[in-house]
Amino acid sequence: MTTPAEAERAQLEPAGTGAEDKPWTTVVWNDPVNLMSYVTYVLQQIFGYDREHATKLMLEVHHQGRAAVSSGSKEKVEGDVAKLHAAGLWATMQKDS
Amino acid sequence: MHGWKREDGHVVAELSQQEAAVVRGLVGQVRDMLTARSEEAPQDELSEITGIRTGPSTPPQDRVMERLLPDFYRRDPDTGESDEEESGAAGALRSLHEPELIEAKTAVTGTVLRTCPREGGTVRLTAEQADGWLSALNDVRLALGTALEVDEDSPEEPEDDLVREHLGVYQWLTWVQDSLVEAMTS
Repeated sequence: MTTPAEAERAQLEPAGTGAEDKPWTTVVWNDPVNLMSYVTYVLQQIFGYDREHATKLMLEVHHQGRAAVSSGSKEKVEGDVAKLHAAGLWATMQKDS
Repeated sequence: MHGWKREDGHVVAELSQQEAAVVRGLVGQVRDMLTARSEEAPQDELSEITGIRTGPSTPPQDRVMERLLPDFYRRDPDTGESDEEESGAAGALRSLHEPELIEAKTAVTGTVLRTCPREGGTVRLTAEQADGWLSALNDVRLALGTALEVDEDSPEEPEDDLVREHLGVYQWLTWVQDSLVEAMTS
């Protein structure tokens, strides 16, 4: 699942992290406990997203049940999932097909 | 308490003795559950020689712990099964990351227990300590929310007295956490 803002962001990635290196995606799933304010805060803290982008992702999780919050190599995404778990978010990783 | 306020680069709140006891008691319980889980970890010679810690490769049986220590791969919500290809991979990643995750979650319980006075009173936190509180409060809410089977349609006023009491604590912690996020981001 992607959106215009996501596509713009993807294009801002530095050259050299070619498509072949980033087939993995970090997915955050909706759960009934995590606060909207906290999820937005965690996304800002972990990924350095601005409040607007973090809020958009949080709302995608809330309304659609899930959102892709980062992508990259397997190692990078694995690290992102580990950080999200430490913060208590429900995150998984998947290989894009 | 009346919520968290910013004060000279810190966030500050006043907790009554009872409020401090609730926070300390629940955070301590989460810490004890994490310790119990880490003691289940396999001891093998290889990890003793290499110093590379390995955790269990299977998720906790207990659903509260399972929520605190989730899998890295999505499991089928109906069957609870991972894709065949991924179940081995999920076990390997759990084994690799769980000790570190337990350590991180235990560390934030320590932050709360060190900064929340037993007898109540002023809690004054640096930004880093406040992040520890946010994670620790969130873990307590995940544990309580899972145990109480909170969902987005849960009734505000359940019939059962004990459930109502626990839900009251859960809702108070929700407010404390939300107020802390608000103070950190305002």
